[in-house]
Amino acid sequence: MRYLPLTTEDRRAMMAKIGVSEIDALFRDVPDGAIAPLSAFNLPDTQGELEVDRALSRLAAKNIAAGSAPTFCGAGAYKHHVPSAVDHLIQRSEFLTSYTPYQPEIAQGTLQYLFEFQTQVALLTGMEVANASLYDGSTATAEAVLMAQRVTRRSKAILSGGLHPHYAETVETVAGLFGEMKRVPVSPGSAEDLIALIDEETACVVVQSPDVYGLIRNLRPIADAAHAKGALLIAVVTEIVSLGLLESPGAQGADIVAAEGQSIGNGLNFGGPYVGLFATREKFLRQMPGRLTGETVDAEGRRGFVLTLSTREQHIRREKATSNICTNSGLCTLAFTIHMTLLGEEGLSRLARLNHAKAVTLAALLGKLDGVQVLTPAFFNEFSLKLSRPAAAVVNALAAKGILAGVPASRLGGADDLLIVAVTETATDEDMAALAAALKEMLS
Amino acid sequence: MSLNNQGRSTGAGSAEMASTPTTISGDRGLDHEEKLIFELGHGAVGVDLPDVKVADDRLGGMRRKGAVGLPGLSEPETIRHYVRLSRNNYAIDSGLYPLGSCTMKHNPRLNEKMARLPGFGDLHPLAPASATQGALGLISELMKWLTTLTGMPAVAMSPKAGAHGELCGLLAIRAALEARGEGHRKRILVPESAHGTNPATAAFAGFTVDEVPAKPDGHVDADALEAKLGPDVAAIMLTNPNTCGLFEPRVKEMADAVHKAGGYFYCDGANFNAIAGKVRPGDLGIDAMHINLHKTFSTPHGGGGPGAGPVVLSERLAAFAPLPLLVHDAKGFRLVETRAEAPEGAQPFGRMCAFHGQMGMFTRALSYMLSHGRDGVRQASEDAVLSANYILASLKDVMSAPFGDGPCMHEALFDDSFLEGSGVTTLDFAKAMIDEGYHPMTMYFPLVVHGAMLIEPTESESKESLDRFIHVLRSLALEARAGQTARFEGAPHYAPRRRLDETLAARKPVLRWKPDVLKEAAE
Repeated sequence: MRYLPLTTEDRRAMMAKIGVSEIDALFRDVPDGAIAPLSAFNLPDTQGELEVDRALSRLAAKNIAAGSAPTFCGAGAYKHHVPSAVDHLIQRSEFLTSYTPYQPEIAQGTLQYLFEFQTQVALLTGMEVANASLYDGSTATAEAVLMAQRVTRRSKAILSGGLHPHYAETVETVAGLFGEMKRVPVSPGSAEDLIALIDEETACVVVQSPDVYGLIRNLRPIADAAHAKGALLIAVVTEIVSLGLLESPGAQGADIVAAEGQSIGNGLNFGGPYVGLFATREKFLRQMPGRLTGETVDAEGRRGFVLTLSTREQHIRREKATSNICTNSGLCTLAFTIHMTLLGEEGLSRLARLNHAKAVTLAALLGKLDGVQVLTPAFFNEFSLKLSRPAAAVVNALAAKGILAGVPASRLGGADDLLIVAVTETATDEDMAALAAALKEMLS
Repeated sequence: MSLNNQGRSTGAGSAEMASTPTTISGDRGLDHEEKLIFELGHGAVGVDLPDVKVADDRLGGMRRKGAVGLPGLSEPETIRHYVRLSRNNYAIDSGLYPLGSCTMKHNPRLNEKMARLPGFGDLHPLAPASATQGALGLISELMKWLTTLTGMPAVAMSPKAGAHGELCGLLAIRAALEARGEGHRKRILVPESAHGTNPATAAFAGFTVDEVPAKPDGHVDADALEAKLGPDVAAIMLTNPNTCGLFEPRVKEMADAVHKAGGYFYCDGANFNAIAGKVRPGDLGIDAMHINLHKTFSTPHGGGGPGAGPVVLSERLAAFAPLPLLVHDAKGFRLVETRAEAPEGAQPFGRMCAFHGQMGMFTRALSYMLSHGRDGVRQASEDAVLSANYILASLKDVMSAPFGDGPCMHEALFDDSFLEGSGVTTLDFAKAMIDEGYHPMTMYFPLVVHGAMLIEPTESESKESLDRFIHVLRSLALEARAGQTARFEGAPHYAPRRRLDETLAARKPVLRWKPDVLKEAAE
């Protein structure tokens, strides 16, 4: 087996040194009969690289990759162009095959990019501090609600109907163990009244902007109302590119920002791994979950970085930890940081404007079609359409023609006639025309 | 000793100055001093995008007023910056990485290539089922491998890491108890030798933690565990093989006892790599176990993630697996996303995350499994155990093995009693390994052993590599015991950084770059 360096001769010599004559002598604590014969595993035997490549490539070829078709799927995961340098750099052995930087003297590479990442996330979200990432946007949102429960010592959370339903369900599954999670229904393309629901028992209000239907929300009035009642505002962002053009959640009064960072540096990967961004105010630092990298000096006075404030974390605090999380999304944060460095201020602004311009064009194009109504008045790169036919059927029919038309809201538990359409810099004018033509044909 | 884990240092130690002359640039040969992007950035752009003006925007008046403040670098500058940073990292590809409990095995590059096939890497999670049959088929195939290797009937694929898998398992247990009308069972028995995530997860899932002591031989005290069982016990949470690197000989008895008492058996599968392809957890009476794909099945650790932690479930818990569910019928594969569409009998407890898990890790793990085959998986486990025992046998006369002559499973545990009176601390000893070109072993974990040093060589090392490592550790141990402390004091001497002041970092947290911090530092 090509990954195993020990030879039969080596194994024999090692067993001699140990003083056993057969390998199972080392498994003597396994209860009688519990060592299964190889035949008990109904699985194939070793295969060469060529065979494995062939088998998996065959499976991959059965899928429609976003880059191989006009693609308008969003709803929490976005197809963006990732510069070639990103994937090259994250495959450097020193990044790819290192562990969590617990030995900072030989992990400054990882620690420094995490420090850069934390700074970029704080700047983007308009917050004071950010952690070294969580699993993804949905789990970051759940952690944010738990944190708000700790900070306020209250249990109730109000969840906007515009929060991605998967996010809301993730929050309910975890934070719902400790208090009421009130999900407020919304009419797609409009904002529900959250302010009236905030009371003295409310730990937090969770609002996504742009929301799952694409609508840009004004967070400021909700933040003010929440603060007046001693509650926190948690702002959720699933399309982080939007912050290149939109006012940051921090500037609108958010107390915690939970976001999905996949759009920057990371591929679609059929849903994971992604990278959860988490930022907050400095005063809540010690209630923050997840790893943190901090600046310090070494014994010679040189600047260096370490994982810090770990007294919040499970390996020290055990059952009293702020979270059970034991990892971050290391390599995905690196991809995010590299891509964001390549973009810089100007590149991010251009990317965001390009996305918005395409969306404005596409909304105008589709809005003219019979049987199509654009429901979202204010949007970034995603909006919702009301169709004259069930959206899932339309999507399936268009997929058969090689067009990924968007995400039917019914896929997320929403109305049958709603289609959520996202458009990024990767969509060409021809792609948009193809979508419009196919929809026209389907709906007329 | 302050509590720490995986060899974390707690202070700067002795501040011995380097004796080498300083350089003009601050670099030292191939050792680079690299600034932060915020100090390097100068408004360059590393991507070429059109400068589109959106005069008539549809942003609803929410357009950003100020700049973000991001630095930008051109492509060559960006590549140089991150390549220079990378050179300050230790990695499996450059050396033996003996972190016990972390399983730093070789990461095959075929797996990287497979995960990047556009059909997987560029596939949207909410694309219609007709466009994702291959990806769903891959998940189904991986599920078959995981259930077959573990001898368990079901598996939940969505948990994103080991601790997330623990949470998933405990939430399934919680749902099963509630379905039985026994939601009052809130106590979970956790051995004191457990990973920190175990008690943290139990608390996170709304349970209370009751610690079970270890016996002097490193095994869980099964009698003490059985004595603690009662009508309020929800589950036991054991690691097997355990964190001392030992297989629990009474595991089946403990499983029977908890079942008899009406509870469930959660197993922390972090150490499955010792027994994969050889022992099926399902045969041991386990009800739920997460599998760290980034340990046993070689998906890269990536400097701290991303991981993946699917959870295998027994017949008693299978119905409670979280959404989404993968179903296969005449029309092919599809994902069931809501309770309403769930197949008969399924009672999903909720949802662990958006979408359906770490697909990028699934592809890598299946690539690993198909490459090894069942025979290779078994051989890998045997080689991991053999290599750990070889290290134990080769070092036990100069270092101290708290649990005698072994055998151990895939990791060899030592304590620091061999350093007693030597003037060398456990931390010094570990940091001296850095100077010898090795990443230190896991230190101060498990907590049940004083000054624990947990060495996990994995199956990826050749005998020559193991012999060299053994030679270095023997020499270090003999020097330390002889009172020759010079190379230990203030170690490491030859790393990109000397010991870092973690106390300062925690007392005055600087968690992001700020221009004024720079000014202060310059003053």
